[in-house]
Amino acid sequence: MSYAWHWEVLLQPAASGDTTYLGWMLAGFETTVALSLAAWLMALLLGGMVGVLRTVPGRLWSGLAAAYVELFRNVPLLVQLFSWYFVLPELLPPAWGDAYKQTNPFLQQFFAACVCLGFFTSARVAEQVRSGIDSLPRGQKNAGLALGFTLAQTYRYVMLPMALRLIVPPLTSEFLNVFKNSAVASTIGLLELAAQGRQLVDYTAQPFESFIAVTLLYMLINVFVMAGMRWVERKTRVPGYIGGK
Amino acid sequence: MISIRGVSKHYGSFQVLTDCSTEVNKGEVIVVCGPSGSGKSTLIKCVNGLEPFQQGEIVVNGISVGDPKTNLPRLRAHVGMVFQHFELFPHMSIAANLTVAQEKVLGRPRDEALERGLKLLDRVGLKAHAHKHPGELSGGQQQRVAIARALAMDPICMLFDEPTSALDPEMINEVLDVMVELAQEGMTMMVVTHEMGFARKVAHRVVFMDQGRIVEDAAKEAFFATPRSERAQQFLAKILHH
Repeated sequence: MSYAWHWEVLLQPAASGDTTYLGWMLAGFETTVALSLAAWLMALLLGGMVGVLRTVPGRLWSGLAAAYVELFRNVPLLVQLFSWYFVLPELLPPAWGDAYKQTNPFLQQFFAACVCLGFFTSARVAEQVRSGIDSLPRGQKNAGLALGFTLAQTYRYVMLPMALRLIVPPLTSEFLNVFKNSAVASTIGLLELAAQGRQLVDYTAQPFESFIAVTLLYMLINVFVMAGMRWVERKTRVPGYIGGK
Repeated sequence: MISIRGVSKHYGSFQVLTDCSTEVNKGEVIVVCGPSGSGKSTLIKCVNGLEPFQQGEIVVNGISVGDPKTNLPRLRAHVGMVFQHFELFPHMSIAANLTVAQEKVLGRPRDEALERGLKLLDRVGLKAHAHKHPGELSGGQQQRVAIARALAMDPICMLFDEPTSALDPEMINEVLDVMVELAQEGMTMMVVTHEMGFARKVAHRVVFMDQGRIVEDAAKEAFFATPRSERAQQFLAKILHH
């Protein structure tokens, strides 16, 4: 294979004129990080609530929570994204839909991708939260209730602090998945990292350099996420408990 | 103090408790014993509403436990309970285990709760361990902390659900000693246990259960000397054999 490596193209002025090709890539990197963090925050909040609801006594709430999880977990991510981006604006009242379509396209794409990833990931987080709660000894809940805690207080002070600690390792991989899944946003035109990689190939005709650079940037994110989550794990470790010390 | 009248409970078609009735008066210590699966743990969990029951009535300090209008958290706050597996909160220090419910349920200020907690911790002989976490203590120590945690709520009565069954033999006595002391101070206690030595020492009455029924409910002396039912005689013969 004869391939002419030209890493220096990354430092050449980009077609947009205001930056280099590396600058394009870093802009994509920023979008990926912002999108993923926003979606992750949303997934943690929603997933936490839905996961708790799945474990409460009473069919109504746990049933609704189960339906939520099944909906967002079983519909393919890409279909969900197209639904948020292409279908939802059509379902809004016409005045709202038109107003939405006239906002900045970047914001439209970012919003659709964030909501999509947030809901999709929240269903997965909810399942982790549920399994964490279910794995606690049954007596813990009774012990909380027996002290006079309400059910909500028992969750708040007794069950969730332990359940959330138990699920830090599986949540790490969900967190990593958000970044990887965020690449689907390129299909609706959001110029995140993967999209910038492809655009670079089109403009520079240097596919290896472009995608190696993209890969390295994704790896950089992974390294930070793993280090961050390990820090969380260490900070929340329980002395004397399994996996502690 | 605790009045159990005609309580029956079933899971689907499986009858766990059948027409159970007994009384625990103020200052009395009642030991509930019986073979495993006889429903004794279920019965004691019905007393503070941790297990629902379908028929009958349980009245604790004048409040009906089964009544849907009853504020169960408020009732439970003053009914201490000690569990077979201790159930300390593993993510909290011993001090926090002792104070969290005092603060969040009774609304005591932190320093007052801590003072009360440490006093009780001292009483069960574990003052030096306040900063540790439950996982760093032995089973017997954890159970003593669990007793202190329940006492910190100033309970009107104490429920013990097989408090020594999960302990190594050499740790049983340190827990029983605390319980004996408590009984001698006049605490109202309902104790599910196989420790007949404890029953002989401090119980006023012994309730013997078999297959979800209260087979025998007698004064301690009468129960040990002349058990009326054949089932209780067999049970005593087996556990007092060695």
